Amino acid sequence: MSPHIVLRVGAKVLIPVILLFALYIQFHGEYSPGGGFQAGIIFAAAIVLYTLIFGLDAVQRAVPPVAVHLLSAVGALLYIGVGVWAMFAGGNFLEYKVLAADPHTGETAGIILIELGVGITVAAVVISLFYSFAGRTREQEN
Amino acid sequence: MLMGIFSLLAASLYVLLDAVDVALTEAAVGAGVSIILMLGALVLTTSEEKVHDAKHNLLALVVVLITGGALIYGTMDMPNFADPQAPAHQHVAPRYVQDSVDEIGIPNMVTSVLASYRGLDTLGEVLVIFSAGVAVLLLLGAGTYRRRPRPPRKRLK
Amino acid sequence: MEWLGLYNYWVVVVLMMAGFYVVIAQGNLIKKIVGLNIFQTSVFIFYISLSKLEGGTAPIYVEGITAYSNPLPHVLILTAIVVGVALTAVGLALAVRIHEAYGSIEEDEIQAQDEEDARNA
Repeated sequence: MSPHIVLRVGAKVLIPVILLFALYIQFHGEYSPGGGFQAGIIFAAAIVLYTLIFGLDAVQRAVPPVAVHLLSAVGALLYIGVGVWAMFAGGNFLEYKVLAADPHTGETAGIILIELGVGITVAAVVISLFYSFAGRTREQEN
Repeated sequence: MLMGIFSLLAASLYVLLDAVDVALTEAAVGAGVSIILMLGALVLTTSEEKVHDAKHNLLALVVVLITGGALIYGTMDMPNFADPQAPAHQHVAPRYVQDSVDEIGIPNMVTSVLASYRGLDTLGEVLVIFSAGVAVLLLLGAGTYRRRPRPPRKRLK
Repeated sequence: MEWLGLYNYWVVVVLMMAGFYVVIAQGNLIKKIVGLNIFQTSVFIFYISLSKLEGGTAPIYVEGITAYSNPLPHVLILTAIVVGVALTAVGLALAVRIHEAYGSIEEDEIQAQDEEDARNA
């Protein structure tokens, strides 16, 4: 029996749970401790765990580096997009009250969207940092 | 490993000081990401270090002791720990604590300050994180090193 | 004896000086980065200990509680932690490139190579 079989089976059970937990923290950040920064880091930690156990080639087929580099810009763009949408809706930059009819609904919508942008950027940046370090390791071996 | 223990102790300290959001972030960052980056850097460079003599360490020790003494002398004027009359609790923080639930409508005050009252600062932080990612991409490459030869391009005749 | 209530600042100063000593006394570049992380953590503990209110709880609204700890330093430190890890990664990437260019990550060996290049140029 391969000595890594415990790690592989354990990781296959744990990684979906970690990803789900990251999504829970992302969207529940208004009612409990959490928010975009924490969720992005936990999401990236799940991907790093997958890399440590299954290898860099497998994870780069699942999460391609091109997608990761693009997503890190998409998050910041989403954030600024919400701000500009608030300007078009009649308020100042990043004023969420004007995004919906009820100010509380507008605030909640604005906060959910920008936390999503923050979470996407943080997760993508940490994954791309890890890809850069790991790719350099493989280059040095060859 | 010691850095992981240090991070865990710092996260527990934050929980004791009622900073639950910060503790969650510190635990995730310190135990998840920071250790992997350090290990990656140690694999890429050497993991042994040169042994130094103790001579130039003495000057560093004296500088550190003088700076520490000056800082402790400077803290004599600071307010006591958890003092309700401290200036940190006086000016704008009571307004955030009392009005944020009415004005914004979500229970977590840290998220409402982070995303709504100080939203522009958070935008700056996101851009700084993005720039750090771009800087590492420039320094270390994109991690897409392939050994498969590319297929020859078809030419239209 | 009212300065016995200042013990949190002394803990912060001790940790800060430990990190400072590691940064200026160690020659190995990666150890300097670890010392910088210790320094950074001591600054975070300083800010969070400033925000604690006696008898308050975590700043999440619950019916019936009126005393909350100050949420403003939490916001600053939250983003600072994530920015800190991103910049640690940049510092480690620089150390990796220095190792590839000079062959070592000891500060005095790098300086000796630079002086030799300046003399030969």
